[in-house]
Amino acid sequence: MEASAQQEEKPVAVEGGLRTGMINATEMQRLIDVLRKEGYQVLGPLLRDGAIVYDEVEAAGDLPAGWMDEQEGGVYHLKRRDDDALFGFAVGPHSWKRYLFPPMRRLWQAERKGKGKFRVIPEEETPQRRAFLGVRACELAAIAIQDRIFMQGPYVDPVYAARRQNTVIVAVNCGHAAATCFCASMDTGPQVRQGFDLALTEIVDAERHVFLVETGTETGAALLAKLEARPATNDDLAEARRIVERTAESMQRSLDTTDVHDLLLGNLDHPRWDEVADRCLACTNCTMVCPTCFCSTVEDLTDLSGKTAERVQLWDSCFSMQYSYIHGGSVRMSGMARYRQWLTHKLASWIDQFGTSGCVGCGRCITWCPVGIDLTEEVRAIRATAPPAPALEDESEY
Amino acid sequence: MPKKKAPRKPKLAVWKFASCDGCQLSLLDCEDELLAIADAIDIAYFPEATRAVVRGPYDVSLVEGSITTSHDAERIHKIRRASKHLVTIGACATAGGIQALRNFQNVNEFISLVYAQPQYIETLKVSTPISYHVFVDYELHGCPINKVQLVEVLNAFLNNRRPVIPSHSVCVECKRQGTVCVMVAHGTPCLGPVTHAGCGALCPAYNRGCYGCYGPNDSPNTTSLADRFEHLGLDHAGIARSFRTFNANAAAFRHESEAHEHNI
Ligand code: SF4
Ligand code: SF4
Ligand code: SF4
Repeated sequence: MEASAQQEEKPVAVEGGLRTGMINATEMQRLIDVLRKEGYQVLGPLLRDGAIVYDEVEAAGDLPAGWMDEQEGGVYHLKRRDDDALFGFAVGPHSWKRYLFPPMRRLWQAERKGKGKFRVIPEEETPQRRAFLGVRACELAAIAIQDRIFMQGPYVDPVYAARRQNTVIVAVNCGHAAATCFCASMDTGPQVRQGFDLALTEIVDAERHVFLVETGTETGAALLAKLEARPATNDDLAEARRIVERTAESMQRSLDTTDVHDLLLGNLDHPRWDEVADRCLACTNCTMVCPTCFCSTVEDLTDLSGKTAERVQLWDSCFSMQYSYIHGGSVRMSGMARYRQWLTHKLASWIDQFGTSGCVGCGRCITWCPVGIDLTEEVRAIRATAPPAPALEDESEY
Repeated sequence: MPKKKAPRKPKLAVWKFASCDGCQLSLLDCEDELLAIADAIDIAYFPEATRAVVRGPYDVSLVEGSITTSHDAERIHKIRRASKHLVTIGACATAGGIQALRNFQNVNEFISLVYAQPQYIETLKVSTPISYHVFVDYELHGCPINKVQLVEVLNAFLNNRRPVIPSHSVCVECKRQGTVCVMVAHGTPCLGPVTHAGCGALCPAYNRGCYGCYGPNDSPNTTSLADRFEHLGLDHAGIARSFRTFNANAAAFRHESEAHEHNI
């Protein structure tokens, strides 16, 4: 009974739902309404304090229509576009990580129960259904990396997993790359390939402002079915692909990943590490903005009477001195050791650990580094002057 | 059966040297926690809050202010001798405070400019932190200190554990909060990358650069940041000034401001 009633509700009765469709830009409001009506908190891009950040979007009017960004090492500026594109910018200071792996989270509380006894009160989290609107290809790749980190293997982070399960992803193909983007060379974008429920490509020119909508899951197909869509023609599809190709071609930065694992791990004493450390502030910004960095610390707090205690998890960074503190002192005292730890983990030992690079080429660490340190430049410098690397032994011997 | 005596409450003293009282007032400002504090500790000497005086020794002495007179330089030794743990609070006590600006000039010139009767003023040439004079068990930074951190330090000493006070940059707090970086997005010089966390990145949240109230963090690369400030349009005088505020005498900030002063 119920199932058939639901079916009747759907205006388009294609089996499995529509796979592609074209919608007018004005349908964005309906998409947001539909998601909100189904209990999703819609998170998306909006203008705040001179940047495009991610936060709750209640209406299509919240989206940064007609704005784009200009990015360089240590520099981010907003600029007016000459059209009203809703997604005509690249990635900003926030990433979706803040919603799946929040910067601060209480893990549990404890209460003293008489002498020498205490009761642990686990943190109950009712997962909020969330829709991420405007997820880029590099960000999908980053989410896939964090999925492996938090959900693969014997130790699954239940809170991450629950949040992940309750997330709907509306991806966007990039029509504009910032000067700091290098996803093409990392093979993660700008075309979205997987990991989305819906994928949009924005087509905006003198004649029309429309979106090609592609579906990746049944959830996505059900959403598309609720929008006022017309079938996409081959011309529509071709134009959408052309837009993304143009974006890829316009990309100014690249990272040559050939043998980067052995290149970095085979040059741990390269003088370039000292040079970059002279500039590096060890401020942690690069790791905080990185959509794949996953390090955290825990802080244990007690109340004055010693009756209650709690453990809080917080984002941490390999750039902080306390991060490598063990009894007696920090392992990585120098800024050099910390920068080297970051880059070798990100691009080399990450591969040993998770079978993929830790970098998706989003460029955030370049833009949001206050002194504009650029990992692509660092790798290039090491590659240019590295003595021919002795082949590294098999990892199993480490 | 003889009645068991209630365990003695630890005795706390609060001492003031050259300072504005702002840090001590943080303790009074702990409205919610104050009763619990008073319950757990015997506040034995705290002229700002009570007239009652209990003689030492004290389990914990909180010291606010810097040493600027020879009388104070002696007094701090007496306090140290009467204290099991001595904790300094605030930029004055941990770095010399704003009054350490005199350290870069001839103090007599200030005195003759500021006071109508300079002959009555007796002061040392420099303003120094407490740790220049006696052993300090713990330094709590800030101008003023953060009251939550003060409670945490007291709590840690009461419970015989390390205070949870991170020594990393202000940037960490900025990013956890999701604040847009004022240096990258607005070109505003910000001391956050070299400054000790603790304020919750207050100024960047209000679109201002960090003023460095909490002093240098655990590994401040002030030279690189100063280069960036120059790139953002500050001249040597401006750079020297930015490092020369409440924590002007903290080693890393002092060296950086001096390096630029010589270039003015
Ligand atoms: S290392 Fe930099 S470019 Fe790569 S994913 Fe992280 S923030 Fe993006
Ligand atoms: S590379 Fe840049 S952002 Fe990262 S710690 Fe160093 S100065 Fe900060
Ligand atoms: S605003 Fe200042 S404190 Fe915040 S991240 Fe930027 S440089 Fe760091």
